Amino acid sequence: MSIKLEHINYIYSEGTAYEKHALKDVNLEIRDGEFVGVIGHTGSGKSTLIQHLNGLLKASSGALYFNGRNVYEEGYPMKELRSQVGLVFQYPEYQLFEADVMTDVCFGPKNQGLSPEECKERAMEALKLVGLKEKYYQSSPFELSGGQKRRAAIAGVLAMRPKVLVLDEPTAGLDPKGRDEILGQIASLHKASGLTVILVSHSMEDIARYADRIIVMDHGKVRYNDTPKHVFTHYMELEKMGLAAPQVTYIMHDLREHGLSVTTDVTTVEEAADQIMQALEMKQ
Amino acid sequence: MDIIQTEHLVYEYAKRDEEGNITGTSRAIDGVDIDIRQGQFVAVLGHNGSGKSTFAKHLNAILVPTAGTVWVDGKDTKAPEELWNVRQTAGMVFQNPDNQIIGTVVEEDVGFGPENLGVPTDEIWQRVEESLKAVGMLEYRHHSPNKLSGGQKQRVAIAGVVAMEPKCIVLDEPTAMLDPSGRKEVLKTVQELRTKKQVTVILITHYMEEVIDADKIYVMDHGHVVMEGTPREIFSQVDTLKKYRLDVPQVTILADELRKRGLDIPAGILRKEELVEALCRSN
Repeated sequence: MSIKLEHINYIYSEGTAYEKHALKDVNLEIRDGEFVGVIGHTGSGKSTLIQHLNGLLKASSGALYFNGRNVYEEGYPMKELRSQVGLVFQYPEYQLFEADVMTDVCFGPKNQGLSPEECKERAMEALKLVGLKEKYYQSSPFELSGGQKRRAAIAGVLAMRPKVLVLDEPTAGLDPKGRDEILGQIASLHKASGLTVILVSHSMEDIARYADRIIVMDHGKVRYNDTPKHVFTHYMELEKMGLAAPQVTYIMHDLREHGLSVTTDVTTVEEAADQIMQALEMKQ
Repeated sequence: MDIIQTEHLVYEYAKRDEEGNITGTSRAIDGVDIDIRQGQFVAVLGHNGSGKSTFAKHLNAILVPTAGTVWVDGKDTKAPEELWNVRQTAGMVFQNPDNQIIGTVVEEDVGFGPENLGVPTDEIWQRVEESLKAVGMLEYRHHSPNKLSGGQKQRVAIAGVVAMEPKCIVLDEPTAMLDPSGRKEVLKTVQELRTKKQVTVILITHYMEEVIDADKIYVMDHGHVVMEGTPREIFSQVDTLKKYRLDVPQVTILADELRKRGLDIPAGILRKEELVEALCRSN
C-alpha cells in the first residue's frame, strides 16, 4: 500500500490571467503506515498537494499511483480512492451540517452504501477514537465547543475507515490541551491500527514531535523530504522559506556557541534535556 | 481613568430550541473585573470556551454586558450614544484575515475605516499611508489583497484598524492561521504600534510564546479570571496552567525538565537566552 506521485504539476486557472503554477514537478512516495508531516509557508502548495491525494484535484500533468495503479487512467474507481484516503480540511467543523452529531458522523458510511446498523456501529467507533464523550452524540453540533466540534468532524472522516488519513492543520485555533489531545489521539490510532497519517501544520513543535518524516514545500516545489532531525538542521534555509525550527533546536545551537558540547540536531524537549545532561556530565 | 475598565462584567447567551424560542441561558462571562492602563500590552489566555472571545467583543461593544459595566476610555459601552466613540477607541482584529478584508486594492481597504468615520479625503490618504508604513506594507498599497500571504493580509487588516487611530487594539487570535514567519511579522508589528504610537494592545492567543513580553497576563476559565500577573509569575506555575488546558513556552518546559533532573535553574524562564545563561553560569 502506498501513494506515489510522479512529476505532478498543477496549474490553477490555466490559460487565464489568474494562472498559477501551484505544484511544480512533485515526486513523492508515502508508504503504508508512515506518519508524514507537511510544512510550508502560506501559498507554498501544501493544501493543493493534499487535495491530489484523494483525487479532489486532478494534476495538470504527471501520475499518481495508489497501491501501484495510476488513478488517472480511464475507469479508475475514484469513489474507492476517496473512501480509502480520508481528507480532513482546515476548520472541518464548518462542514458539520446534520441536526445531531451521530447523524453527521454517519453521513460518510451512509454514502459508502452501508446499512443503518453498520453506519451507527462505525460512527460509535469513530467517536470513541476521537475521544468525544457519549453524552454529546445526540447534541446539535452547534452546542459543542470548538475542540469538540473539531473531533466530531474528524470522526466523520474516520467513520469511513480510511487507510490513509490526511489532516490539513487540524489544531489551528485550538487551545494547547486540545492540540495535544487531538494529535495524541491521532498518533495512538496510527500506532495501534497502522493508519497512514499525513499531517499539515504550521507548528514546527508538533511536527517534530509526531512525524517520522517531513516534506517541506516551498513555492510549489518539494525542498526537503527527510527525517525531522535532518530537516531542522537546515533551520536557516527554513527561515528564508517562512518557516522555522522548534524552539529547542535554537537553544541547542546557542548552547553550542557558548561552548557546551551538545549535538544540535535535536527537535524535542526530551532529547534536549538528555543532551544537556550528558554534555554537563562530560564537562565535570 | 484607565483605558479599559470592567466591573462585575456578566454576559449570558440565550439558548434557543429549533423554533428559536429561548429555553435557557448560559453564562459565558461571570463577574470579571479588569483594569488596563493606556499603553499597556495585556494578554488574555484561556481554553476554547473559556470566555475570552466573548470578553474581547465587549471591548468595542459588539456585545454589551448582561450585568455589570464596561468602560472604554471612560465611556460606558451600554450607552447607545457612545457606541461610535467606543468603536473608534478600541479597534478589533480577528483570526481570519480573509473575513476582514473587503477592498480590492490594499489602500482602499485601509481607507474604508476612516472614510466611515467621516474623515476628510486628504486626511484619509495621509492616514492610509501612515498606517501602511506602520505595519511595513506601504510598498503593497496598490496590490490586490488576495495575492498577499497570510501574514501580509493580517498586517493589512491591522493597518485598517490603525487608520482609525484607536487608542487600543484588541487582537483575537490574530496568528492562528499563519505560518511561523507570518506570526513573527504580526507580533513585531503589534510591538511597534505599542512602542511608537503608544497604542494599548490586548492580545488573545493560544500560543504561549507570543505573550512573554506582555506587561500583564490574565488567564480565563469558565468565564472567570483565574490567574493574573506578569508572564514570569504566570509561566512559573506550570501545573496550574495545565489544569486550565494551557501550556508554557517550549523553553520553559525544557528548563522545568532540567530542574527536575537536578540542575540549578531558576523558575519562570521565558526566553532561550535566559536558559543558555543559566546553564553556562551555574553548571
